[in-house]
Amino acid sequence: MLVDVLVDAIRLAVTAIPEDTVEALQRAHEAEESEIARFNLQNILKAIEIGRERSIPVCQDTGTLTFFVRAGVDSPFLTEIEGAIIEAVRKATPEVPLRPNSVDPLTGKNSGDNTGNGVPIIHWELTEENKIEVAVFPKGGGSENCSALAMLTPGEGWEGIKRFVVEKVKACGGKPCPPVILGVGVGGGADYSLELAKRALLRKVGERNANKRIARIEEELLEVVNSLGIGPMGMGGVTTALDVKIEVAHRHPASFPVGLIVQCWANRRAFLRISPDGRVDMWR
Amino acid sequence: MAVRLRTPLSGEGVIKLKAGDIVHLSGTIYTARDSAHGKILSLSPEELPFNPRGTVIYHCGPVVRKTPRGWEVVSAGPTTSARMNRYLGEILPLGIRGIIGKGGMDSEPFKGRAVYFAFTGGAGSLAAESIKRVRAVHWLDELGIPEAIWVLEVEDFPLVVAIDAHGSSLYR
Repeated sequence: MLVDVLVDAIRLAVTAIPEDTVEALQRAHEAEESEIARFNLQNILKAIEIGRERSIPVCQDTGTLTFFVRAGVDSPFLTEIEGAIIEAVRKATPEVPLRPNSVDPLTGKNSGDNTGNGVPIIHWELTEENKIEVAVFPKGGGSENCSALAMLTPGEGWEGIKRFVVEKVKACGGKPCPPVILGVGVGGGADYSLELAKRALLRKVGERNANKRIARIEEELLEVVNSLGIGPMGMGGVTTALDVKIEVAHRHPASFPVGLIVQCWANRRAFLRISPDGRVDMWR
Repeated sequence: MAVRLRTPLSGEGVIKLKAGDIVHLSGTIYTARDSAHGKILSLSPEELPFNPRGTVIYHCGPVVRKTPRGWEVVSAGPTTSARMNRYLGEILPLGIRGIIGKGGMDSEPFKGRAVYFAFTGGAGSLAAESIKRVRAVHWLDELGIPEAIWVLEVEDFPLVVAIDAHGSSLYR
């Protein structure tokens, strides 16, 4: 049962792009004047429609299956959830279908079912509750290849962060499938800044950080990135990013880590909550 | 200007195309990503499972489904072409006249011989509508689904000429 609802959540994520993202793409389409930018955005909106209507993956890169789990220690499903996630990935691969995206780095052999050493990737958080919440986040490779880490000095600070993000986006051009969504994690150390950046992408497009100072920096960065003119698919236009999401953690006095995770327009995600009585709620 | 083209493409045919043209491509295209490029270049042209002259390569790793009638393409948009820049100077001289991908490539190797067509990255469900049939698949066991060479029959696949054979590119 747990396996089947997880398969449903994976299917929902790869076939139905969330409404907030679709609306942002529709606004981008209205804003573009160039014929090529409109061609690309029309194709994007058509692909989203086809994915939803026929329940097929919008993008052929169904990504590395990534899960963020908030596991209540009092949930009766606590001991089952990890096995169920792995089994759901195996089952979803032929059923949805997904592209098998798990390759042995030494032999180059594809495992064929999206599992392997360390994959699917599962990030754990334990809570004192009796429910389990799972975020399904299939992450595409083209955009992930544009992700980066900078270990800035405290003297460079937030100005350094803005410079780093803008330079990276500029260097990536059309490669990550713009219009992109940028996840930025600041502080915590090298590894944690990148995890924060990825978690930031679980927020809805248009949803600002609750901290007003951070929210202002998100807006400022979005404006600067869109002034670059990279445009949809890198062929010019006024929309290069749909949104910028920043999350912060405290930093070491000597360090100012900044992790950048680039997300393509196919901003796929699904959430589910498993109550202690077995009831499941699912949303995007 | 919208042009209808059918594979195999001729040298004269691709020279006429200009960056920004919309092309509706029909005929046969061959998917190839990183591993397939490496393997193609490790073999002599006679050892290849297809004749590369006049062909169009598609940078794509599709989602496919096996049915009683054979393989079916479910979703098949382009992958990031820049990863294949390292093979470009050697792959085009095999006689390849067109590459379909996303994100762009080095424009120099295309000069005088071939063009780069862009399709919208991520729009795999839409691209699959132009793919009518899987004619064959090469090296599937060795390379796996994403990296194998899928021989696809396409009809009116809507593409943008993003890099032409004269060195013009739409990429910023």
